[in-house]
Amino acid sequence: MMPTVIHENCSGCGTCKLVCAMENFSAVQPARALLRIEGRFPAPGDYQIHFCDQCGECADNCPVEAIVMESGVYRVDQALCTGCMICVEVCPKGVMVEQPGSEFPAKCILCGACAKICPRSAIVMPEAVTA
Amino acid sequence: MYGYAGTILRINLSTGAIEKQPLDETMAEQYIGGRGFVAKLLFDELPRGIDPYDEKNLFIAATGPLSGHLVPASGKTHFGAKSPATGGYADSNMGGHFGPALKYAGYDVLVLTGRAPAPSYLFIEDGRVEIRPADAYWGQGALIAEKNMKTELGEDFQIITIGPAGEKRVRYACLSHDFGRQAGRSGVGAVLGSKQIKAIAVKGTGSLPVFDLKKAFEAGKEAYKKVAAKPGFTEWTPEGTAGITNWVNEVGVFPTRNFKTSFSDHYEEINGKAILKKLKITDKGCYCCPTPCGKYGHTKTKLGSAYVEGPEYETIALFGGNCELKTIEEVAYANYLCDELGIDTISSGAVISWTIECFEKGILSEKEIGRPVKFSDLETVDYLLEKIVAREGIGDLLAEGVKKASEKVGQGSDVFAIHVKGLEWTGYECRNAPSMMLAYMTADIGAHHSRAWVLGHDMAGAWTNVHDLVSGGGTVERQPQAQIKAESARYVIDSQHTRPLFDALGICRLQLMELGFEVENYVELFYFITGKKRQLGFSAGAVFHRTHPIRSQRGLFYPQGENGAAAGLVLRGQGLGCQWASHQRHPGSPGARRCGRCTEGRRRTGRLIF
Repeated sequence: MMPTVIHENCSGCGTCKLVCAMENFSAVQPARALLRIEGRFPAPGDYQIHFCDQCGECADNCPVEAIVMESGVYRVDQALCTGCMICVEVCPKGVMVEQPGSEFPAKCILCGACAKICPRSAIVMPEAVTA
Repeated sequence: MYGYAGTILRINLSTGAIEKQPLDETMAEQYIGGRGFVAKLLFDELPRGIDPYDEKNLFIAATGPLSGHLVPASGKTHFGAKSPATGGYADSNMGGHFGPALKYAGYDVLVLTGRAPAPSYLFIEDGRVEIRPADAYWGQGALIAEKNMKTELGEDFQIITIGPAGEKRVRYACLSHDFGRQAGRSGVGAVLGSKQIKAIAVKGTGSLPVFDLKKAFEAGKEAYKKVAAKPGFTEWTPEGTAGITNWVNEVGVFPTRNFKTSFSDHYEEINGKAILKKLKITDKGCYCCPTPCGKYGHTKTKLGSAYVEGPEYETIALFGGNCELKTIEEVAYANYLCDELGIDTISSGAVISWTIECFEKGILSEKEIGRPVKFSDLETVDYLLEKIVAREGIGDLLAEGVKKASEKVGQGSDVFAIHVKGLEWTGYECRNAPSMMLAYMTADIGAHHSRAWVLGHDMAGAWTNVHDLVSGGGTVERQPQAQIKAESARYVIDSQHTRPLFDALGICRLQLMELGFEVENYVELFYFITGKKRQLGFSAGAVFHRTHPIRSQRGLFYPQGENGAAAGLVLRGQGLGCQWASHQRHPGSPGARRCGRCTEGRRRTGRLIF
C-alpha cells in the first residue's frame, strides 16, 4: 500500500532522508536518500515531499528491462542494470537517485523507515506495510 | 575519527591558498567541536590587539561531532571571530542545514583568514573548493542573494549569505541561511563582509563515519520517540519560542520602550497565537529537528508585504516590546527588513529604541536624525534600519551599536544604552530578575541568553524547563521584590556549564531547555557515534572556561517602569554587586583559581585576551 504524503505537515527537517540512507545503505549520507524534500522559498513558502508512487515510468523506459515489479514495488535488478541512468532522467518525481560511489541508480522500495521517523506525521504509512 | 568528518578546511582569502588539514585528535578530545573549536582556534591563532576588521581576523565556522547525525536537532553550526560588536571574543550559532552539509562535504571546520581582493563567494562541492567572483550578488539582500544563488547553483546547495549590513560593516550584521535562520549576534556577518565574502555555498554528498552504526541508528530512533513523548512536543512546538511571550509579560520581564518597563499592554497582538492566526504558512525546521520552532509566513503592512520566517520570541521582544510595534504583522515586517538587510533583530531593535528615547529626551534632534522618530511606528523602524545599513547620516553612528553611539552622543544617553560589553541585551528585562542579570553580566560575548537562561530560578525558585514554566498556570498580578539568593550564582554557573555542551556537540539546546529532553540521552548517542565514553558535563565545562575568562561587567541600576508585575522594582546595586562577587568567588567561576564544578581549573593554561 502507498503511503499518504501530507505536504503541509512537512517542516523540511530532512530526518526522513537521513533515516532512508541509514536503513537502505547503512550510511549517514542523506545524498543517497530515495525521497526528496523541496523547499519553495521565499514564495510560496512551503515544502513539497517527492515520494515514489510506483508509477512505473522508470520500468517502462528501461532499455534493458532491469526494473521489475515485485510484491507491488518496482526494484532495480543490478545484475541487468547497465547504469545508463535513463530512468533517472524520466522519473517524474525526481526520486530515481544516482548513488554517489555506485554505478547503479536506486529507488524507493516502500520500506517505511521515513514514515516511522517523521516527527511531523508528514509521511504516513499504512500499518500493514510498516509492520 | 568517528562522528567527525576529519578535516579542517583553511582558506587564505588574500593569497587564495586552500589547505585541507587533518582534524587534530587531541583538539577533538579536549574541545569536542562547535563552540569549543571556535574558542580553541581563536585562542591559538588570533593575533592579539588587532581591529576586528583587520584582514588578520579569523572567520570560523565549526560543526560538532553530532552535527549531521541522527540526533534530534543536529543542525547547529558555530561561527566565531574577534567581535566587531564588543572587540572581544565572538561566537554566534545558527540552525538550518549548513553545518551538516559542510560535514557531508568532508569538513568539520572552515577557517577563513585574509581578505579577498574583490567581492567573492566560496563554492564548496565535496572536494572541490573555489573562491568565485560575487559581483552579481554584491549589494543584494541576504534573502534575495540566497534565492539567486540557489537558482544558479542548484537546490541542493546550502548557503549562508550576508546582506548590505555585512558589506557595510554594521557592527551587529548577521549571517543568513535557509531564508530565515541567522547567526545573529556579535557581528559575525560584518567580519565576513570585511573579508569581501558575500556567501558560502556548500553541497556535500559524502558520509560520516560512525563507531557503531546499528546501535547509533536504534538509539537515534529511540531518541525521537522519547522527544515525542514529552508534553512540550505537542504543546510547545506549535508556537515555538514565541509561545513564551505571555509568560514573560506576566512575570514582568518583557522589555518595553527601550527597557523602560517590563510589560506591554498589547502583548496578545504580538504573541505566538497571533503568528498562527495572522502569518503562518508552514512550520520550518532545522536539520533533523523534531520540534520545528521556525514559523514561516506572510505579512502585510502599510509599508509592504513580505514572506518571512518568524518572528521568534527575541524579535517580538525587541521590536514588539522595545520599539512597541503594535501588531504581529508589523513586527514580522521589521523582522523581514532585518533579514533582508542582514542585521541582527536583537541589537537593531535595541539600537532603534535607544534612538527613539534619545529623541524623546531631546538628546538627538530631528535635524540630526533626519526626521521625527517615535515608538509604535513602523516607518521609524524602516527609516532607521535603512540609514543604519547604508551608514548614512545618523545611521553611521547607530551602526556602531548603543555603547559606542552613547559614548559619542553623551548627555547621559549611556544610562539607557542597554548592553553588556557592547552587546545589546536580549529579550529579558531583568532588573527584577537578579540571576538573569548576573547571567548577562558574566557572559563572555556580552548580554546574551545563549550563555545562561535562569529566569526559572528567579521566578519559580528552581531550574525548570520552559514548557513547564509556561504551562504552570496561574496569573501573576504582582511580582515580589526580587531576592538576591545565595544560590543564584550557582544556578547561573550551572547553566553556563550546561549550555556549552550543546554548542560543542553541534546540536540544539532547545530539546533540553524547552522540552526537558535529558542530557543523559546524549551521553549514549555520543558513545555510539564517536566510540568515546565521557562525562559530557565535564567536557562542556572546559568550553565554558575557555571562553569565559573575560572580566565581567556590572549591570544597570535605575528604577524600572510604571506597569506590569514588576513595576517600580529595582535591584539594589549593593546586593547585585555581592552576587556578582559571589559568582566570581564560586569555585566554578572563571575568576576562581580552580573549578570545583569540572576539571578545567587544573588544565587551564591561559586566558582569552583580545
